Amino acid sequence: MPKVTYVHPNGAREVLDVPLGTSVMRAAIVNGIDGIVAECGGEMMCATCHVYVEPDQLDCTPPQSDDEKAMLEFTASERKPNSRLSCQLVATPELDGLVVYLPETQV
Amino acid sequence: MPAPVVAIVGAGQAGFQSAASLRDNGFDGRVVLIGDEPVLPYQRPPLSKTYLAGQSGVGDLWLRPVEFYAKQEIDLVYGDPATAIDRGRHRLQLASGMEFTWDQLILATGARCRPLAVPGAELDGVLVLRTLADADVLRHRLKEAREVVVVGAGFIGLEFAAVARACGAHVHIIEITHHPMGRVVSAPVSRFFTEAHVAWGAEVALGTGVTRILGAGGRVGGVETSDGRRIPADLVLICIGVIPNAELAGDAGLEVDNGIVVDEYLTTGDPGICAIGDCANFPTPFAPVRVRLESVQNAVDQGRSVAERITGRPMPYQRVPWFWSDQGDLKLQIAGITTGHDTSVLRGNPADRNFSVFCFLSGRLIGVESVNRTADHVVARRLLAGDPELSPEQAADEKYDLRAHARRLPGR
Repeated sequence: MPKVTYVHPNGAREVLDVPLGTSVMRAAIVNGIDGIVAECGGEMMCATCHVYVEPDQLDCTPPQSDDEKAMLEFTASERKPNSRLSCQLVATPELDGLVVYLPETQV
Repeated sequence: MPAPVVAIVGAGQAGFQSAASLRDNGFDGRVVLIGDEPVLPYQRPPLSKTYLAGQSGVGDLWLRPVEFYAKQEIDLVYGDPATAIDRGRHRLQLASGMEFTWDQLILATGARCRPLAVPGAELDGVLVLRTLADADVLRHRLKEAREVVVVGAGFIGLEFAAVARACGAHVHIIEITHHPMGRVVSAPVSRFFTEAHVAWGAEVALGTGVTRILGAGGRVGGVETSDGRRIPADLVLICIGVIPNAELAGDAGLEVDNGIVVDEYLTTGDPGICAIGDCANFPTPFAPVRVRLESVQNAVDQGRSVAERITGRPMPYQRVPWFWSDQGDLKLQIAGITTGHDTSVLRGNPADRNFSVFCFLSGRLIGVESVNRTADHVVARRLLAGDPELSPEQAADEKYDLRAHARRLPGR
């Protein structure tokens, strides 16, 4: 299973084995990682599962859809070039070792 | 002085959110979250979409894992409906006989499916879709169903119809008005979705009621329509809207009128009792009349709002309403409340399956319905957060940059 590291704003790190086909958002919710709110449940209607992807790893992540780009306008923390909605980061073998940084706030 | 107690009746999205937000805001009293269903708090939207289609499992539905409630010190009581509120003694009684006292009581009791009052409605195979238990039955039955009749063409009915068609069933949609989803969407969007369902192979009967459900041996066999037709069915889904669960409040002497009546702080006539989510009838700057909204956005934002008030930051509830519906390959997103608009303009072309309808009342933008067009939806939410200052001509002109327009407005 791909390993994904979640880094909290205070630097604390949590590592999860994310089953293939499961999103980085869902894995965080199921495992009780604070800092992912996921208000709409992964329907891309909100931006409360915002993460910053380790910049070196952006190439490994699936491309952003136009819908995701549009919804990223609603992030509560600053939108950066490496901002993603974690509901759209679905675990594949390529994502093994992914590091995502949780923003200061989601709402 | 003992720590204050907030009791929350209803563990759906609104009740859950108020509990979670109280802790987020640092509330250190007791939080009791009481649900009538025998399961953890879960998301309802997938029940008529991915969960029904078998594309997601029950583990994907829980709003939070069971450990969350212990960690946040939220006392979760489930499978135990509240039966009475004693306002004088600040006591809440549950069906099991358990009692709680409260300092603040949050009613998040939701709504239930409106029953279809015709002969045969009790037959096996006549189903509704509201709860996880309903969805489990429906998901199982849908595997065997060949002839499906959907009574009522609202969001749930049409979402279910799209899934049933995709499963290969023959689908009839019967709607008593001439406008599917007409209570919430404009005529062009209603027409567009009606045509989409016809193109997917459903048969759609508008302006048609159901007078009787037919069956043999206790099992459904068909429906009889108001125009005298008999349509065969081995599964009938009744989705003709909901009734807010307001009896608990009404019995306690609180005002009830299409839901539990609250003020702009979501508080009832009793300052210790508020109501949120599907059961709450509240005043809003987004409509000329009081509204009761059934949506995730409304549940979540109202849950947050009462948590803010209880933790000392009261603000009138004024969040922009938004909604969505997934039907086949079409994503409908609505910002604002478009009911009662007097002018509407199209942006984009329905033939491209990518368009929005901008709705105006007395020259002011009141809501936007977008089909496969998230960028418009996003900008609409921003515009509606204040005076949109957008004319119908600007909205209809695809060359007019809406994002730039929104950026020029204060606070958007």
